[in-house]
Amino acid sequence: MTEEEIQAIEIRLLMEGVFQAYGYDFRDYAEASLTRRLNRWLAGSGWTTFSQAQASLLRDPLAFQRLLTGITVNVTEMFRDPAFFLCLREQVVPHLKTYPFVKIWVAGCATGEEAYSMAILLEEEGLGDRFRIYATDIDQDVLAAAEKGIYPLRDMQKFTRNYQKGGGRAAFSDYYSSGYDHALLRPSLRQRIVFASHNLAADGAFGEMHLVLCRNVMIYFKAPLKERALGLFQTSLLPGGFLCLGLKESLNGQPVAPHFTPFALPQRVYRKRYV
Amino acid sequence: MSEPRPLQAVVLGTSTGGVAALKGLLSALPASFPLPLLIVLHLSPEAEDTLAGLLDHWSPLRVKEADDGELPQGGTVYLAPANYHLQLERDGRISLSTDPPVHFARPSVDVLFETAAAAHGPALAGVILTGAGSDGSLGLSAIRAKGGLAIVQDPQDAVCSGMPASALLLGTPDHLTTLAALPGLLLSLACPCPPPPLTSDHPG
Repeated sequence: MTEEEIQAIEIRLLMEGVFQAYGYDFRDYAEASLTRRLNRWLAGSGWTTFSQAQASLLRDPLAFQRLLTGITVNVTEMFRDPAFFLCLREQVVPHLKTYPFVKIWVAGCATGEEAYSMAILLEEEGLGDRFRIYATDIDQDVLAAAEKGIYPLRDMQKFTRNYQKGGGRAAFSDYYSSGYDHALLRPSLRQRIVFASHNLAADGAFGEMHLVLCRNVMIYFKAPLKERALGLFQTSLLPGGFLCLGLKESLNGQPVAPHFTPFALPQRVYRKRYV
Repeated sequence: MSEPRPLQAVVLGTSTGGVAALKGLLSALPASFPLPLLIVLHLSPEAEDTLAGLLDHWSPLRVKEADDGELPQGGTVYLAPANYHLQLERDGRISLSTDPPVHFARPSVDVLFETAAAAHGPALAGVILTGAGSDGSLGLSAIRAKGGLAIVQDPQDAVCSGMPASALLLGTPDHLTTLAALPGLLLSLACPCPPPPLTSDHPG
């Protein structure tokens, strides 16, 4: 048996142990990314093998929390894929504006970049205080970071370019103040967002949403977990609600597909059917 | 019925000079090329997705940007989308990730090669073409360690010798090739059986 095959066994055993000890279920995470992420964590952990690390991980919740962040943190940007945000502004928001109040679920929000992008966009498009964004993630540490709304200043150049290409109506620098190499997003944006813990592998639907945004999160899931998450989104959306996926994800072949019609297919925006 | 083929997929990595190299390679491969070809070309993260369309136009093969969850098909070329890593899962399906850049690159050649090596073992060929830097060298070693085939463009034949030269530092490839000879080489590897003999009973 090769070292790699043995490691694959160790990872399956560790994920089973983590599920039983902490309830976090990574057994249906796609292997290629999970293995790379776990190996990155292992390289910085001081342990040589996952078998060695397992004894400590199962007993020490703090050690486990560091592993959790290593496994789950998603790297994203504000206004990633500007063409998608332009589509939201020009084609989706006019529908949202017809409702007295709009509820949005950003699932797998990681460090919050897309939730804040959404808040900026909706404010600029005149939703005022008529919306609330529910931004959820599996990882408490990541949520705590998201709530702070602080990002490295060096990222602002890219975020600004994205914002402008995505149809931004103001100067992006109006939305943050800078100091000590960091940018602090305007606190009023945070007031439109509720950050909450939610696990797509275990928790239930989130009621009565007008729009669900879950981009580049399900690419880390195997087929059964992907199906489960899409089922939650379908249940959570109101008829006529919008589902926004990553640009390389689709509903093709998914059991929930019949509940949706493509709304802006190149931007992977779908709309839940009324009947 | 053809013989069972030893190879299940070809993975290829390139950077500087890569667009011209891919145009040459993909326009020379016939539509009957039986294997899927997965390609990482380093691009700006903000690159438009027009390259797949252009290559599709130039090539007899079908060329597309890879979608998450696809099962690679023979005669089809899958380009890594800008700003994503392209990977193969053990079940042979494509997956994408937005994990941090590797060697400052996303997509990274190493990520594709290492995951493809884990998926296909000896039934994989990895190709390093023109490019700056060293991305792909470790991945090509991983392919070789699994018994797969390593193919490197001769650095003297490459617009930018960095990536091929770096790959050569980590080991001798099974094939050192020029760009012009690569389509023939890939065809012979993909279809190892000789073509059927010509018979004299063609009508006319």
